[in-house]
Amino acid sequence: MTEFLEATERITLASRRTRAGTFRIRIVGDRVFSLVTLLLTLLSLSVLVGIAITLVVDSAPSLKAFGWSFVVSTDWDPVNERYGALPFIYGTAVSSTLALLIAVPLSLGVALCLSEMAPLGLSRRLGFMVELLAAIPSVVYGLWAIFVLGPWLRDRVEPVLGAGLGFLPLFQGPRVSVGMLSAGVVLAIMVIPYVAAVSTDVFRAVPQTQREAALALGATRWEMVRIAVLPYGLSGVIGAIILGLGRALGETIAVAMVIGNSPQIAASLFRPSATLASVIANEFAEATSALQLSSLVELGLVLLVMGLALNIVARALVLGVTQGRFGGTE
Amino acid sequence: MKSKTAAARHQLWRRTKSDLMMGVTVLATVITLLPLFIILGYLVAKGASSLNLAFFFHMPTPVGESGGGMANAIVGTLELVALASLMGVPIGIGTGLYLAAHRNQRFAEIVSFAADVMMGVPSIVVGIFAYAVVVQPVGGFSTLAGAFALAVIMIPLVTRTSEEMLLLVPHELREAALALGVPAWRTTLSVVARTAASGIATGVILSIARIAGETAPLLFTAFGNRFWSTSLTQPISSLTVQVYTYAISPFPDWQRQAWAGALVLTAIVLMLELGVRWVTRGSARVAR
Repeated sequence: MTEFLEATERITLASRRTRAGTFRIRIVGDRVFSLVTLLLTLLSLSVLVGIAITLVVDSAPSLKAFGWSFVVSTDWDPVNERYGALPFIYGTAVSSTLALLIAVPLSLGVALCLSEMAPLGLSRRLGFMVELLAAIPSVVYGLWAIFVLGPWLRDRVEPVLGAGLGFLPLFQGPRVSVGMLSAGVVLAIMVIPYVAAVSTDVFRAVPQTQREAALALGATRWEMVRIAVLPYGLSGVIGAIILGLGRALGETIAVAMVIGNSPQIAASLFRPSATLASVIANEFAEATSALQLSSLVELGLVLLVMGLALNIVARALVLGVTQGRFGGTE
Repeated sequence: MKSKTAAARHQLWRRTKSDLMMGVTVLATVITLLPLFIILGYLVAKGASSLNLAFFFHMPTPVGESGGGMANAIVGTLELVALASLMGVPIGIGTGLYLAAHRNQRFAEIVSFAADVMMGVPSIVVGIFAYAVVVQPVGGFSTLAGAFALAVIMIPLVTRTSEEMLLLVPHELREAALALGVPAWRTTLSVVARTAASGIATGVILSIARIAGETAPLLFTAFGNRFWSTSLTQPISSLTVQVYTYAISPFPDWQRQAWAGALVLTAIVLMLELGVRWVTRGSARVAR
């Protein structure tokens, strides 16, 4: 109510200040105002277009030199000027997959707990704490991962994995504190808040009538979740997961600090690796030749294309549920 | 009789399973929140002991010499964030105003979609963009390039939150003002935008918190500087890059400083987040 009164006051004030008969000023004012906002809009639109154009133009030398072999070659050899992206694409894919394998079940648990279990006040408070996880700067995650998480994984988790699942090539080899596993775990912690928050929104968007119908049929709480909540929110949850994947792909500093930065394709998760983002972070400022710089930009281009594609798909899926465009009918 | 006990057992099983699964979700929440408290705990435990007045007011010391601080990095972060806001906030709010005024128009929808898409651009890619647009033409790393990169990250965040906040303003207010003969631009600024002002301000502050914690786009734009510099055309130090460099260094003294820097950085970011949310009482949220 007070807000409404304030607004009315504002309107009265504004109308009082407007002099009658200043028709010309009014039209000029409107034109200037819409012109200014239009210019600012064009400016912000040009940034996205500019990013795309810049990356394509600046990776042209590398595109010309290597063509499609760039994405399938495993060489990354600044001395002999031969560049291939495959080790980094592999590193990005594996670390992100690992992160999602850990993050998705936990995020869904959190989302169900917040939307179906916790009373509203507690749910809001817990949700806020989960979102705080997203507020911690990634360099702080990296620092913590170097000195705490990495050594803990090496001393406590890797021996267990090695003993239990050591027959798999995934869990063989010397144990070190930097490597794919550390990167995957820290990435998981960093994407959980995004996946969990979006999934919570998605589950909250499930109409209450759906739940009531399931409960009226005698379903237990878990059965209600399975019958009514999960199917309705499925496409939104997939969107949330893809959004998380997009985050994981592009995350740079925390990964660069713990993955070990070695451009190799190794089966073991204990071995060091490198991602598209981490190699750019490490080598860009010190690139010695134009071709190396261009190759790094091309890695950025690969990253941009993947990031944009995932983001577009994810948003379409999430909006479909939260705004009821498709997925489930009432 | 027999079938009755079977049915009862089935009922019990269903209920147990339900409780079990819901218990699992609570467990997942606990596991998820654990790292938050562990990280904050380590930050305080390891950072506080290295935190003293010298940290805030002294310059970094050369390797091997103990003591020193991050005075230049703290000032650098403030300068970078201030400059980025100077560029990013007007563009973001202006775009938000445009989008809210032209809702349902094809072009506005495209721009709004583009802003959403831009939030998915990895920040390191924004760094490459700033390198190509500012660093290469100017001929060196600079404060300006770093601030430009941060502004690019900021624009879509401010745009989308402003747009959403402006769209929440009831249309009747706008109509009332227009009916009283207030010009459209004046209606937008002093009625619609004023009503949404606190929401827009919240979005701006949350996006400031976001860019203050960015490292990747600064690595090859603002670069870093061991010396005192506030010049726009020189490389400048920032808390995030300084923490990064110190964290991966082999010197225990630097690593201690990294913890202290991380504590200060996290404190700044969390204070902005908590402060804003406390003021707006939980309704606010930055765009994702």
